[in-house]
Amino acid sequence: MKKIEAIIKPFKIEEVKDALAEAGITGMTVSEVKGYGRQAGHTELYRGAEYVVDFIPKIKIEVVVKAEDVDAVVEKITEAARTGKIGDGKIFVSDIERVVRIRTGEENEEAI
Amino acid sequence: MKKWLLALSLLPAMAFAEDTLNSGDTAWMLVATAFVMLMTPAGLALFYGGLTRSKNILNTMGMSLAAYAVGTLVWVIIGYSIAFGDGDLIGTGKVMLSGISSDTISGSIPELLFVAFQGTFAAITVAIASGSMIERVKFSTFVVFAALWVVAVYAPITHWAWGGGETLNFGEIDFAGGTVVHINAGVAGFVVAMILGRRKDYEKAAIKPFSPILVVLGAMLLWFGWFGFNAGSEVAADGTAASAFLVTNVAASLGVIGWVLGEWLIFKKPTLVGGASGAVAGLVAITPASGTAGVGGAIIIGLVGGFLGFLAVSKIKKMFKVDDSLDAFWVHGLVGIWGSIATALFIADYAMPEDYSLGSQLVSQLMAVGLTIVYSGIVTAIVYFIAAAVTGGGRVDEETETMGLDESVHGERALNL
Repeated sequence: MKKIEAIIKPFKIEEVKDALAEAGITGMTVSEVKGYGRQAGHTELYRGAEYVVDFIPKIKIEVVVKAEDVDAVVEKITEAARTGKIGDGKIFVSDIERVVRIRTGEENEEAI
Repeated sequence: MKKWLLALSLLPAMAFAEDTLNSGDTAWMLVATAFVMLMTPAGLALFYGGLTRSKNILNTMGMSLAAYAVGTLVWVIIGYSIAFGDGDLIGTGKVMLSGISSDTISGSIPELLFVAFQGTFAAITVAIASGSMIERVKFSTFVVFAALWVVAVYAPITHWAWGGGETLNFGEIDFAGGTVVHINAGVAGFVVAMILGRRKDYEKAAIKPFSPILVVLGAMLLWFGWFGFNAGSEVAADGTAASAFLVTNVAASLGVIGWVLGEWLIFKKPTLVGGASGAVAGLVAITPASGTAGVGGAIIIGLVGGFLGFLAVSKIKKMFKVDDSLDAFWVHGLVGIWGSIATALFIADYAMPEDYSLGSQLVSQLMAVGLTIVYSGIVTAIVYFIAAAVTGGGRVDEETETMGLDESVHGERALNL
């Protein structure tokens, strides 16, 4: 089992969600996050005073999938979230040791 | 002497005018007074509150509310007597409104209504000054300051401009309070900001407005209330009031354009905080001229007022070391000085006195501005030192400043999500 964490531009969330649904993904966790990478920050202007804002709002999607599905899901997210401009985000893939469905007690791939 | 006559003819509600009640005038002034009331605890409170950081918004709004409540109290007790009582240098004889009953007429309205109308002016003036002190002045100090300031600074200056003082009335045209209210408040705020010192974070950390939405809403409430402020200063429902109403609206609109145009050209972005501030700058600029300017004049007065306000807070302010937090001096004081000068420059044909002399009028305007700067500057400092002494120091401690005054002083938070 693998966890896919994707940091994407906030306005891309609907497209990514639809793309994942097409790929047969039935659940995900989404959070609003802030950070910066190569895009760095942006400036805000109030009464002629400019402020540099270092952290840019992003959305983080977390999905846990079977190991054999990882490539397809990563490809779907990449396609859906890409604008080609700086700041499109990143995808991290990591191993998952154990999954439990709280309601039934099912474990691992049964529980994904 | 002609200068005096001109000034007197422009003054609102002189006691020696026709002393019979006019119900149309009275009805309008009742409404206008309510308009002006809205400006302080709603308009200015939201305008200033929205510009403040989220940890200090309630404290900032609280200062406007306190200014209104305390200002109203001292106004009826002694302020009105000093401002509109009999006397040359200072008015007397109307403490606790003595001698005024519901039958007493001032001009063509009940004097009690005139008391209420003028009281809203006293309150907003000290509330405007609070904008320079926010995020660090102690609430208790400000409350004492507001009470003393209305009595010692606002009331005498009002007496000289509008209340019958002769020696210190230089014949300035100040229809609705460009000098009395705006320059006075701006100078007072600046002086206190200088004494208080800068906020810890000033020019060190980002000080971002809590909510540009509230800034815009507050400014628009000010704009609305300003119709009562300027058109109400005619103290009658007549053609001059109508003219004041129109030029107020025009100058405010041009203030928006002037400010936003400035930042669009220089910073490449038209901001809403800028537009809202521009409206206020345009309104400040037209205030003294609202009884005499025509629309042509109002267009220039407002446009220059808005642009000057923008230039002041984005460029000129940086040449000074003073942390005038919400720019009360720059938007009200400096733009107010422009308004006072412009009042002499732009007089509508229908309001032009026969023997008008631009040169001597300009001198009158500048003398009144100068007197206000000197008097307000000195006495504000004295009043502040007394208020600070009475309340054990005028500035909050560093921990309170860091934590924010809302939680530490008031025990409340602006948003409980």
